[in-house]
Amino acid sequence: MSEKQLMKGNEAIAEAAINAGCRCFFGYPITPQNEIPEYMAKRMPKVGGVFLQAESEVAAINMVYGAAGAGARVMTSSSSPGISLKQEGISYIAGADLPCVIVNMVRGGPGLGGIQAAQSDYFQAVKGGGHGDYRLVVFAPSSVQEAVDLVQEAFDVADMYRMPVMILGDGMIGQMMEPVEIKPYVGRKLPEKDWATTGTGGKRKKNVINSLYIEPDVLEKLVFDRYEKYKKIEETETKYEMTDCEDADIVIAAYGTTARIVKTAMKTARAQGYKVGLIRPITLWPFPKKPFQKAAKTAKAFLTVEMSTGQMVEDVKLSVNGEKPVYFYGRTGGVVPTPAAIVEQIKKISGGEY
Amino acid sequence: MQKVFQRPKSMSDVELHYCPGCTHGIVHRLVAEVIDELNIEGKTIGVAPVGCAVFAYNYFECDMQEAAHGRAPAVATGIKRVNPDNIVFTYQGDGDLASIGTAETVHAAARGENITVIFINNAIYGMTGGQMAPTSLIGQITTTSPYGRTSEIQGYPIKVCEMLSTLDGVAYIERVSVDTVKNINIAKKAIKKAFETQIQKKGFSLVEVLSTCPTNWGMSPIEALEWLRQNMIPNYPLGVFKDKE
Repeated sequence: MSEKQLMKGNEAIAEAAINAGCRCFFGYPITPQNEIPEYMAKRMPKVGGVFLQAESEVAAINMVYGAAGAGARVMTSSSSPGISLKQEGISYIAGADLPCVIVNMVRGGPGLGGIQAAQSDYFQAVKGGGHGDYRLVVFAPSSVQEAVDLVQEAFDVADMYRMPVMILGDGMIGQMMEPVEIKPYVGRKLPEKDWATTGTGGKRKKNVINSLYIEPDVLEKLVFDRYEKYKKIEETETKYEMTDCEDADIVIAAYGTTARIVKTAMKTARAQGYKVGLIRPITLWPFPKKPFQKAAKTAKAFLTVEMSTGQMVEDVKLSVNGEKPVYFYGRTGGVVPTPAAIVEQIKKISGGEY
Repeated sequence: MQKVFQRPKSMSDVELHYCPGCTHGIVHRLVAEVIDELNIEGKTIGVAPVGCAVFAYNYFECDMQEAAHGRAPAVATGIKRVNPDNIVFTYQGDGDLASIGTAETVHAAARGENITVIFINNAIYGMTGGQMAPTSLIGQITTTSPYGRTSEIQGYPIKVCEMLSTLDGVAYIERVSVDTVKNINIAKKAIKKAFETQIQKKGFSLVEVLSTCPTNWGMSPIEALEWLRQNMIPNYPLGVFKDKE
């Protein structure tokens, strides 16, 4: 399947996962990601894979734990309230150093919230979510094509570093149709899964998948070792896109679908003489600090635009580190910011209204 | 010299952490003996619970996974679905299986998930220090039912075998006890049958083992065995609840 075809985001993500060798999917229905389990239910039996609708998100993520521990390329997907339920399992998966891919098609919250697109799970995805000292690599695609490419990357990153990886989309990415090309999967060179519980076959010592360490010194060392791994990931796996920042007075920070709206706003603003640029983090963790530090030397101000009340803006501020003012504009609860409203913000900042 | 008694190959050569008189050690041994006798240790994966048996991954000499509290049947499902030729068992206590993990237990059984569950029912939370379990008996005093469990306040104990045997996916269910040598022998036969049920791909199998907790029951090991006979067996009758041919 290497020619362009029109696909819905959720279905394209599912097909991309299968293309990347994922043969195991455990899920539970929740809007707006139902096309992923539905697609997997159709496709997995055809490719000799496993699809199972679990009794809950809690069960689904623990099935992922078991399957990942048994050495499978495994994925689950959900949307915000369901991802909250999965947090227990995600913490255990991180603590047991297991690789898997988790898709969150974010909807408005808190609580049952709504079913329209939002970015209000940034904190949950990037700052922990479950209990304990751990990280997820979090990819934030802004188009269906990018989602497809990042799903394949996500499986490799998960296997390479033995850790859970999240694709943080939103209702729009999941539901919209765009032309995509699912390229033949060319994976990274990955380590053998010699730690997996596949049965000793009487040929090796037993393997144990576990996150329990009663001795504080032992647990501390494991957590520190994991943080050394995280440092390496920060150095090598950070992804971002920088657009028109060289001459920009105002640099906008936005990710996912919001970044596309910002690009439309930028065209309007540039046409009216406002010099604006964009930094679009593609990995939300590791957060791309360097482009912000670089832009802080030349830009006069930063504007973060999100579909939330202001979550990523904290990381933008930490990166800019007080060198330049950082403003925020957000809509939430499923309301999408309009290009006109963003242009309005640009004008206010330029006019010194803030 | 002829060796007449030895550690099963499928038990690791380590000291168990269980309290004196606790029957977990007996059940561990029975499971390991069965794995040895069926010659399946090389393809068996065990799933340890949260509770007193949390360190079971140190005690069974086969591949092991440690599950979150109550999630062992879901974890076992993941393992089994990836490699259906593996033999997968969970080892769970009453809090793990019949309280926090009720949904995972019931649905694994309903799916006919081809796994074996060893269920230790000692009517109390041992690891956390003697709190009320879903299987604590009416009238039983625990640290969280200090005036005795009543049906009005805490409700009735859950009879797992009776409940699960109504499900079509269940192939084999038996309740046994380890209070006497005779019952220990019956328990071993049941555990063996449960693993054979899985080997024959018949579906979900579970053995409930009535066990003692002398420490948290506040009894000597001998008194605890007597209490099990006098109180638990009348409430949790022994026997085969389902045996699908």
